Amino acid sequence: MPAMTMVQAINNALREEMRRDDRVIVLGEDVGRNGGVFRCTEGLLDEFPDRVFDTPLAEGGIIGTAIGMALYGLRPVPEIQFMDFIYPAFDQIVSEAAKMRYRSGGQFTVPMTIRTPFGGGIRGGHYHSQSSEAYFCHTPGLKVVVPSTPKEAKGLLTASIRDPDPVMFLEPKKLYRSSREEVPEGEVLVPIGEAAVRRPGKDVSLIAYGYMAQVCLEAAAKAAEKGVEAEVIDLRTLVPLDEPKILASVKKTGRAVVVYEAPRTGGFGGEISAILAEKAIEYLRGPIVRVTGFDTPFPYTLEDVYMPNGDRVLAAIDKVMAF
Amino acid sequence: MTPVVLSLPSSGGARNRVVDALRVIRDDGSTDPRLDPKLSESDAVRLYRGMSLQRILDNRMLALQRQGRIGFYGPSLGQEAAIVGAAIAMEPDDWIVPQYREPGAALVRGMPLKELLCQLIGNAEDPVKGRQMPCHYVYRKGNYLSISSPVGTQLPHAVGIGWAMKLRREPHAVLVFFGDGATSTADFHSAMNFAGVFRTPTVFLCNNNQWAISVPVAKQTAASTLAQKAPAYGFDGVRVDGMDALAVYRATRDAAARAREGHGPTMIEAVTYRLGPHSSSDDPARYRDEAEVATWRARDPIARFRRYLEHAGWWDDAREARLEQEIGDEITHAIQEAERAGPPGIDTLFTDVYETMPGHLQEERDAFVAFRGR
Repeated sequence: MPAMTMVQAINNALREEMRRDDRVIVLGEDVGRNGGVFRCTEGLLDEFPDRVFDTPLAEGGIIGTAIGMALYGLRPVPEIQFMDFIYPAFDQIVSEAAKMRYRSGGQFTVPMTIRTPFGGGIRGGHYHSQSSEAYFCHTPGLKVVVPSTPKEAKGLLTASIRDPDPVMFLEPKKLYRSSREEVPEGEVLVPIGEAAVRRPGKDVSLIAYGYMAQVCLEAAAKAAEKGVEAEVIDLRTLVPLDEPKILASVKKTGRAVVVYEAPRTGGFGGEISAILAEKAIEYLRGPIVRVTGFDTPFPYTLEDVYMPNGDRVLAAIDKVMAF
Repeated sequence: MTPVVLSLPSSGGARNRVVDALRVIRDDGSTDPRLDPKLSESDAVRLYRGMSLQRILDNRMLALQRQGRIGFYGPSLGQEAAIVGAAIAMEPDDWIVPQYREPGAALVRGMPLKELLCQLIGNAEDPVKGRQMPCHYVYRKGNYLSISSPVGTQLPHAVGIGWAMKLRREPHAVLVFFGDGATSTADFHSAMNFAGVFRTPTVFLCNNNQWAISVPVAKQTAASTLAQKAPAYGFDGVRVDGMDALAVYRATRDAAARAREGHGPTMIEAVTYRLGPHSSSDDPARYRDEAEVATWRARDPIARFRRYLEHAGWWDDAREARLEQEIGDEITHAIQEAERAGPPGIDTLFTDVYETMPGHLQEERDAFVAFRGR
């Protein structure tokens, strides 16, 4: 079984789905000859010269035409080069793709997977670092998926491409090449809508997704040195959310720290906090605490200050444990 | 100053042209023999019936809206030729991507009148289950796409659908309707550009009806025509008299045939006029001169087509009276049938968001149902 980075695992998933299903089409900026700026689509044009397209530089056009393909019965997998560039396509995603099934009474559907790298950690400044998942989680009709390991990136991407509804597939670019993992050749499926317990613990639940799941694991290791057993929940899918797993964890530990790198106000972790407050308040032994990015644009030089890290999560653990 | 001739590199793309002012039906009802598409009597009558149905439907629905029996309506008065003339030029396997002013196109694709009425009412038999405002029709069986209200968003869909036809090697074409206002949108630009680059079988049918609600076309663009935008995207633009159903039919039929043969997209600018309000919520007296409207009303596309039918010996007062009676009865019957249906069930609020209802939506639905049942 080969060890792959997340980039290689995504490439492998795309290749295998394109082999399995000739309706799968890849399109986007620089995804053809160049293989994508992160190389996620490397070599696909050679193997599928009629199904991989370098498009003009227009995100609205990429998503708008991909919607058309999906309406006709294809399975397009458009790439938006950085999530920071997705906003010209926002109307097509939220007003068109997300609402098509509903507004047509189920007559038309948009089975499309939008792949886009998101999040900080690569010295990208304002426009190569944003985490804008909350906008899409707030839009009924979309599913929002965030992998955090190479093998699961393959399994979740495969499931997304086969899904009958539009899926936002957000790739944490900080994790693209940060580690390797054994990834089986052939079909790997991770169902959409299931969170994973990355580390069991009984004292406090750390709830995160993407790169922040790894930050929580670091914090949990440090907490263990102090005798605090933190449980780490990696959401993997934000919509639809695996509420039962989150609630079961918090009912067990009685404490919750929610971690996301997007700006604090209106972030998706606020939704997690609200669910815990509504459905598990009688189990809580302290406040639900968020560790997040700041309510500022994403910075360049002070990136490491902006992004939540193990120490900030550890401080939040200390706070809820001491309550 | 002596011009300096330079040889600068080009993209290698095509140099295209604008065909101006296509017109077929003359004032006396005779046709220009060079352009006459030579419709059979039955096709010509079908086209006329389609236009008449849209006209009569519009007047009846505006009345129904004033009576409070439907909530809203957007008429197509004046644009019958530019809508039905284009729609009827397409083959059944082709797709039609509407903006929102083309019920006539849906009807010639076979959408039952009752279904259309149910959509206008938003009742339990509405194919979109009361989820959309009136006039947001959809008819999958006729390859007639669902409508959204934001302007221009359908244009890239039509390019993607055509692109998919091409990828599947299926020799079909897509007709997409839009207005003069839509040519200002970013979606127009990217759709035209993608269509040119990927040579998709897309027929862009711009209904230039001179007004985007209260804004005249001169404030949408500083260009003298809209069709001239097409050559900049690498394909031809054709300007037709949009009050002449045969001119619209001819231009659309030819563009669709070229598209099916692999020659890529065409943009048609049908120069027409919105004789009525933008919608039942609009009062055009606030922003335009009645004299202008009267000038265009004199060019009524239905009256003009009737002169053509009469000139060909295919029409007379008796046939006209029969047709009006028949259409009027069909609409009355459809209204009666549609008004029998009740409102959509509460459950339809929660279905079709996704193929399978996720847990959080089930929970929201169940909580609401329990609340109602207290």
